[in-house]
Amino acid sequence: MKFKPLEILTHIILILGVLLMVLPIWFSFATSTHDNVSIMTEGMKFFLGESFSQNYNEVLNEKGGWSEEVTAARMFVNSFIMALGIATLKVVISAMSAYALVYFRFKLAVPIFWLIFITLLVPLEVRIFPSYKIVSDLGLTNTYTGLILPLVASATATFFFRQFYKTIPDELLESAKLDGANSWRFFIDFLLPLSKTMLAAMFIFMFVYGYSQYLWPLIMTTDEKYWTVVMGMKIIFTENYEGVALPRTGERFAYIILSMLPPVLVVVILQRWFIKGLIQTEK
Amino acid sequence: MVYQRINSNRKIKMSFLELQNITKIYPNGTKAVNETSLNIDNGEFVVFVGPSGCGKSTLLRMIAGLEDITNGEISLDGNVINNIDPSERDVAMVFQNYALYPHMSVFNNMAYGLKNRGISKEEINNKVNDVAKLLEIDQLLTRKPSMLSGGQRQRVAMGRAIVRNPKIFLFDEPLSNLDAKLRNQMRLEIKRLQRQMGVTSIFVTHDQTEAMTLGDRIVVINNGVVEQVGTPKEIYSKPNTKFVAEFIGSPQMNLFNCKIENGIAHIADMRINLNNSANIDDASLGIRPDDILISDNGQHTCVANLVEYLGSDMIIYSKIGDQEFSCKLSSKINLNAGDTFKFDISNTLVHLFDNTNGSRV
Repeated sequence: MKFKPLEILTHIILILGVLLMVLPIWFSFATSTHDNVSIMTEGMKFFLGESFSQNYNEVLNEKGGWSEEVTAARMFVNSFIMALGIATLKVVISAMSAYALVYFRFKLAVPIFWLIFITLLVPLEVRIFPSYKIVSDLGLTNTYTGLILPLVASATATFFFRQFYKTIPDELLESAKLDGANSWRFFIDFLLPLSKTMLAAMFIFMFVYGYSQYLWPLIMTTDEKYWTVVMGMKIIFTENYEGVALPRTGERFAYIILSMLPPVLVVVILQRWFIKGLIQTEK
Repeated sequence: MVYQRINSNRKIKMSFLELQNITKIYPNGTKAVNETSLNIDNGEFVVFVGPSGCGKSTLLRMIAGLEDITNGEISLDGNVINNIDPSERDVAMVFQNYALYPHMSVFNNMAYGLKNRGISKEEINNKVNDVAKLLEIDQLLTRKPSMLSGGQRQRVAMGRAIVRNPKIFLFDEPLSNLDAKLRNQMRLEIKRLQRQMGVTSIFVTHDQTEAMTLGDRIVVINNGVVEQVGTPKEIYSKPNTKFVAEFIGSPQMNLFNCKIENGIAHIADMRINLNNSANIDDASLGIRPDDILISDNGQHTCVANLVEYLGSDMIIYSKIGDQEFSCKLSSKINLNAGDTFKFDISNTLVHLFDNTNGSRV
């Protein structure tokens, strides 16, 4: 095979990019398989060590926190529930609200759309105290509902779904009407399957968004049973940091590697849909 | 009992599809259809023809229920359907761009309307397969619309309408996206299928050839008003208005502005005896290009400015005074641009219109 100079150059750039992304992860993974003494004395590792099972076992099963009750496994479950709830509800709610905005010609559709749109200007961090007040008045602190509910509305997703629905030709709706589809059927039988790619993409983004929430769960939860992974990263395995014991760097790296898995899994599972939708333009 | 009798009497009297004083005014004030009334019989194939923007599609969409009716009444099979949802009108429509469901296979495209009606799977299977065979698309049932050619999509769109066995078929310029050869072929096929199934059909087109060949009756529409309703023959041979005269027929009918005095038309220095006693100051005398009779001992003489050769026919462009006209004749006659030719205009073949209101005299 012959390569043109430009091809070689682009490949070098691509390979450099891949290395730039993958190397830190590889370093973290390699380091997470060493014992704390060697990490302390020799720094970050490039090659695999022998403490893989010991470190990962400790991470998943050791009870930590102030109450010595919460395990990392528990936090993974919590984060997963939270991210799943947020992503699912965000996608469902925005798809439906965009449907209402595009297909139901009520008078205030446009102002309402802009009202939804400007909520982008007030992210959760800005309205964190009022949101906390409402949730706590409703008695939802330390519940999954409290973790999920304030985050389920999404102006971004509503906007994207709206733009997508607008590209669907009117004849499709008219033809469906004549075929006896009511508004509910049109949504289920047409809009959802046609926006499959969009749904998958939005779900991925929103899952990662929910998974990486830090401030909200930190404020919301006083009960360690509801701690999430990202909160745990700050808290767990740090208790002896200032004592005589060695910092538990190996376990912490193992924790980081594990915390990356759920979003990676979601991307891997949904990417088939995602890519398929990108290649086949069904119009 | 009495009620029933009245009801059945009414059914006999009424046409299958009845439009009464239908008016459509869009929210922005545009009047698309104005006071249109029309009766269509069961099994009839009616073509709405007119220039783009004349309101023919709007009229069709009102029958389908896709547009609100501002004024008037539409009844189908004896029931007023003004406020009935399109899904319950039992009409099927073939759209200009087919509007196939892109995410469904051909089979599901055709089966979707039946599924919504709660018909059993077995029956759906049978019906779809039968119609697919009829339209010769039974090999394509598993494909998605994106994998079909234009003609095949057209067939699927027709199949989707046929399989539902509706009371009425509505076609909204379904042939305009096809190339010329395929268009002729599909035109014949639509005609054949309609005859075979005997389902009342309305076909909207701006193409007068399609209108002439397809329709049992043609409805010529202009500016939201019905200009004339009649069989293709009536419309061609006896156009009611100047608009219809110009719109139907190819090449276009020649219309000479003239003055009629005691039944004699004055076109520049040419005189044509109409054999009546009409007196009109501002009239149009129409004669079809193929009704101009060329012969060596013709009364009138003109110079051929331009000759268009079309194979079996040729079209000659010439002038009487400053008014251009064309005549169509067999290309066996030897005539070149610049030659003079002699012709007759028979008073039985002319159409006379009053220019003040455009209507036939």
